[in-house]
Amino acid sequence: MDRMLDVMAIFSLLLAALVLLSVRRAHIRVEYSVSWLAAAVALLVLSRWRNLVSRIPAWLGVSDAALAMLIASGAVFMIVLFRLSMIISHLKDSNIALIQKVAILEFNMDSLHEKDQAAGQD
Amino acid sequence: MKLLVLIPAYNEEGAIGGVVEEVRGVMPGTPVLVVDDCSKDATIHRARQAGARVLALPYHLGLGGCVQAGYRLAYERGFDYVIRVDGDGQHDPRDIPKILEALQKERCEMVIGSRFVDGAGEHTSAFRGLAILFFRAVLRPILGKPVRDPTSGFVGVNRTALDVFSRTFPLEYPEIEALVVLQRRRFRFVEIPCRMRPRKAGRSTITAVKSLYYMVHVLLGVFVNVLKFEGRRK
Repeated sequence: MDRMLDVMAIFSLLLAALVLLSVRRAHIRVEYSVSWLAAAVALLVLSRWRNLVSRIPAWLGVSDAALAMLIASGAVFMIVLFRLSMIISHLKDSNIALIQKVAILEFNMDSLHEKDQAAGQD
Repeated sequence: MKLLVLIPAYNEEGAIGGVVEEVRGVMPGTPVLVVDDCSKDATIHRARQAGARVLALPYHLGLGGCVQAGYRLAYERGFDYVIRVDGDGQHDPRDIPKILEALQKERCEMVIGSRFVDGAGEHTSAFRGLAILFFRAVLRPILGKPVRDPTSGFVGVNRTALDVFSRTFPLEYPEIEALVVLQRRRFRFVEIPCRMRPRKAGRSTITAVKSLYYMVHVLLGVFVNVLKFEGRRK
């Protein structure tokens, strides 16, 4: 159990370092790194707070502490992934609106160009 | 009265020219707009050759996004009515005047060209037939009236519906969800008999593999639209 919690702590620190490095290199925007940093901190707190870890199995109604930690970690990442789905949905809506707008603007420009050409011929 | 005939198209080089020519033959003087959903073939060229104006999307959006782009342009340009005809030649343009007449006489927001109303042809695939039966049953209590051909893309809308659809329109498989979007705003629709023909070229976007996804996706879309708070406003 102790080894599992140590591995979890190392993993959470690595995750936090990776996220910060990615933000620094502009691979992730700051606003999208928040969820991952929060997940890393949550995992770190879980792995270091022994009293909490010992209580979680009882709260979840499972006898195995490792299984309880797995469920808790899974829940944290589910929340992060759900937030990402929301962000992707919003981006898709924005992209669609932009693509439609670009096409309509090009159409309007072509129409004006044709009108100019017709007026030039007259 | 300003009418626009809207033809969404994706890789329809084999049929689009004929469809545009037929529409122009039936409705001389009426502008025909082909919305090209970033086709990989010569759809744009063929449509222009046949005399249509083309709204060319720079990226592929799918049927709903493609149709909505056309609705947006039509709304911005002040059109009173838009009649949508599929680019594969399945809809008979000779029915366009009937749809326009129904839009004007019935004073409803949407007219559906239905293959199942008396007197119309019933050309449809086995899967589509099953999907139609299923969604008829689902939509009956939601719409408060029966709809015989909820998957028909041969539809006419007036400016009020155009206003709504230019802002809110389902992105994939839009026909069924669009009915719910209208119903949530207490808009009315009628169905009139129309002929359906076999597609002139190309393949249907709904293949056997996508069938289950189609049913689940549309069903979910219907219930999401029913639950939308915004949709309950008039």
